[in-house]
Amino acid sequence: MSSNEPVLEVSGLKTHFDTHDGVVHAVNGVDFNLRAGEFLGVVGESGSGKSVTMMSILKLIPMPPGRIVAGTAMFEGHDLLKLDAKQLRHVRGGQIGFMFQDPMTSLNPVLPVGHQITEPILEHTDSSSKAAVAAATDLLDMVGIPDAAQRMKAYPHELSGGMRQRVMIAIALSCSPKVIIADEPTTALDVTIQAQIIEIIKDLREELGTAVIWITHDLGVVAGLADRVMVMYGGKIVEKAEVRDLYATPEHPYTQGLLQSLPRLDQKGQELVSIKGQPPSLFAEPADCSFAPRCPYTYDRCLTDLPALDQIGHEHMVSCWTDTNTGEPRYDH
Amino acid sequence: MTTETSDEATPVESGAQDVLVGVKDLKKHFPIMKGVFRRQVGAVRAVDGVTFDVYRGETLGLVGESGSGKSTIGRAILQLEKATAGSITFEGQELTTLKSEEMRKLRPQMQMVFQNPHASLNPRMTVASIIGEPLKEHKVARGAERHERIDELLKMVGLDPSHANRYPHEFSGGQRQRIGVARAIALHPDFIVADEPIAALDVSIQAQVVNLLEKLQNDLNLTYLFISHDLSMVRHIADRIAVMYLGTFVELAGSDTIFDDPQHPYTQALQSAVPLPDPVVEASRERVILVGDIPSPSNPPPGCRFNTRCPVAQDICSVDVPVWRETDPDHWVACHFAKSKSG
Repeated sequence: MSSNEPVLEVSGLKTHFDTHDGVVHAVNGVDFNLRAGEFLGVVGESGSGKSVTMMSILKLIPMPPGRIVAGTAMFEGHDLLKLDAKQLRHVRGGQIGFMFQDPMTSLNPVLPVGHQITEPILEHTDSSSKAAVAAATDLLDMVGIPDAAQRMKAYPHELSGGMRQRVMIAIALSCSPKVIIADEPTTALDVTIQAQIIEIIKDLREELGTAVIWITHDLGVVAGLADRVMVMYGGKIVEKAEVRDLYATPEHPYTQGLLQSLPRLDQKGQELVSIKGQPPSLFAEPADCSFAPRCPYTYDRCLTDLPALDQIGHEHMVSCWTDTNTGEPRYDH
Repeated sequence: MTTETSDEATPVESGAQDVLVGVKDLKKHFPIMKGVFRRQVGAVRAVDGVTFDVYRGETLGLVGESGSGKSTIGRAILQLEKATAGSITFEGQELTTLKSEEMRKLRPQMQMVFQNPHASLNPRMTVASIIGEPLKEHKVARGAERHERIDELLKMVGLDPSHANRYPHEFSGGQRQRIGVARAIALHPDFIVADEPIAALDVSIQAQVVNLLEKLQNDLNLTYLFISHDLSMVRHIADRIAVMYLGTFVELAGSDTIFDDPQHPYTQALQSAVPLPDPVVEASRERVILVGDIPSPSNPPPGCRFNTRCPVAQDICSVDVPVWRETDPDHWVACHFAKSKSG
């Protein structure tokens, strides 16, 4: 489904937040690309920088206190980080659509949902208002909302959580975007409703060929959806691979730890191996491996040098000073 | 079943289990008030007729989606909510009719671990005073003895006793949950209700807390009611699992049985909805996708409450309430069409 041609290329992205307690180094040099039609899973825990990375690309972080310190984000021949407010508005919601975790806070409570779907269509395309309403009704129908024409007049509070998230999908798709960024879109939903939403996303992807960046803390959700997955920790990408490789042969000790600490519904008597310690503090610019204090393979180099994200196999990149297959240092000094 | 003629009892029979907590026909309805005179116009039937036992030393997992009533059951057992009807016993003693002073005497034996360690710890109290409060309140230790006990408790939950004088905000989410666990075990309880104890924690920290709960259960011979929406974690920690839907139990069986032989269509759908961290398995997995949303507990559908979403519902399902019955030994199901494994 995905071709090799990137639609979005991010390199050297760094985002900081100025707080009373000091500078939070939320994103510390992130490079990745997204290919046309590709489904990219971004996995990480709170504070890993997964959301801030994606929000930085479209300057959707609060500035101040946020600051994009360095980096480029090339999309359609332009660097998104250099666009002015007006140009950015054209991209946001138009060529790049969004879905957030909590539809209750991202939908406007005092406007009917139909209005909220037609608005971006009128803003970003030449459609007449009649055509926009027809398109919006079609979209609601497509995301599986019964009585779509009727529901156009409903207010967000009149819909259930699952229905609201469907409306969010409809809004994200309204201008046929090239890319959709979905930030934990199913985390607030019950598991049977999450399954409904995932099913819709799968169907729509096949139909529309939109590239998707799906941000999640749940290694289960992206396993069945993604083409490639990247794992973030301490504001950096620590591992990136095709989905099957990442789950079958995880190379970074953090990815390995995450998979071992996760109970599986289809396995009994499984022992959970927890990752010791706590997530890193982000107040200092990382100068060494931020996972070292929690890592079972740590040796002297991990505490002094920053590991680079290096290719170790086909589409498989890892940022670690140890070859976890042998337990030996990955590079000779 | 084999019949033994010897006088020695064979405690393998299901009826011979040591029941610590007994719940019978439990109902908890919250009134809906309306108008100037606050007249009751209806009720949210959060829990609507639930019967089960918790055996001594086991972990009973309680799973269900939001609004299914699982937390209300936990709170009702601890008498934090007054039951509308039904009976709750603890070591054979009826709790629903106890005076609050009598209940207070029982409290040390039954404790709770809450979901949100940010909200359940007083931000203005030091860790020592949070953990020491139950000791003080129930007059079990004072002075140096209390400090020793606090140190001991902190060590038991994997925290550094030298941090006893710090405040909750100085700890991470996982450490705060450890403080909540230390407080819960301070009075040597027999029974702990853990209400979504890991839901607010990061994945890498969840396993730490679950492993701690398992270790403490072994060391202190605790009995848990483990309430969670995370089926995978419940399967890992629980000996038996009860599945709730809209205020009622739909199925109750051993943890492995629930997953190997789910007999209620809701249990089957719930399981198939859980994504597995395995792309190869996911690619070939057949899914039961339920249609629609959970109906409102203030106006549950007639007959079987699941009939509006059930993929195999028949006419009878919207008329008759299915009987809660034992289809196989220790396997309880409420479905008109549930079939025993033996046929």
